[in-house]
Amino acid sequence: MPNDIAFYLIAAFTVAFAAAAMTLRRLVHCALCAAAAFAGLAMIYLQLDAEFVGFAQLLVYVGAIAILIVFAILLTRGDEVRPGHSQSSPSWMAGVAVAALMLAGMAMAILLSPSLQHPAPSAAVAPVKQIGGELMTRYVLPLEMAGVLLTGALLGAVVIAMHEESDVKQPARCPASKGAEPDEAMSLR
Amino acid sequence: MNTPLSHYLILSALLFCIGLAGAVARRSAILVLIGVELMLNAANLNFIAFWRYGPHAEALTGVMFVLFSIAIAAAEVAVGLALVIAIYRQRKTAQVDCLDSLKG
Repeated sequence: MPNDIAFYLIAAFTVAFAAAAMTLRRLVHCALCAAAAFAGLAMIYLQLDAEFVGFAQLLVYVGAIAILIVFAILLTRGDEVRPGHSQSSPSWMAGVAVAALMLAGMAMAILLSPSLQHPAPSAAVAPVKQIGGELMTRYVLPLEMAGVLLTGALLGAVVIAMHEESDVKQPARCPASKGAEPDEAMSLR
Repeated sequence: MNTPLSHYLILSALLFCIGLAGAVARRSAILVLIGVELMLNAANLNFIAFWRYGPHAEALTGVMFVLFSIAIAAAEVAVGLALVIAIYRQRKTAQVDCLDSLKG
């Protein structure tokens, strides 16, 4: 029973921080709330007896990805909060409506399915030793591919973000130039 | 562990839809990326929940899938944020609705 209460508390924490991450105005606040939501998910993994995945989630998401996002926000400062300038796209209501419809559909499917209502089987453990053994035997090829992919992504990220002197500096034509000044727009293309 | 599996799936659906709403409604490219990450995490939660409640937990398939998924998500975020920074350097903006030069 305490396990159930823990689940509902962590679930409320995670959903609240995820919603805050998607609705707050300042980008840094959004990134920090997203990190908290990822930490909540790591707690849910721990509560589901998947210790290794929980700690991997904590290391990768809270430790690395959140920091990376904060760095990207700091490097792209300047187009953030302008007074009287909306943070959401013009058709945001349609997007939120689509998401709400999708949630309603999925929730109905989940709640109406009788096979999902039974409690968990008692024993399920994923010992780290067994995970390591599986990674080195059955999943060794995917593990190597993941290493190659990470190396490629690292090199690709460096190459993409590297500073080039020949950058074409195009000033932002947004949002004042929506539909305006067609001559300049034509000459730029 | 008396919580039924459906509660985990509802939590996952909630997170997925919050991420989806953020990804399609916000203008900042970085926030779109955070929304995509939330959706990915919701899918990971489904894998772990089904692994825990499934009949063959000793096979560790759900755990393995989530581990590889986390590794790929890390690569994706690195490249995605590098793209955002490169676009910002060229166009001085990272708002997705300003990046419409391919629009006919």
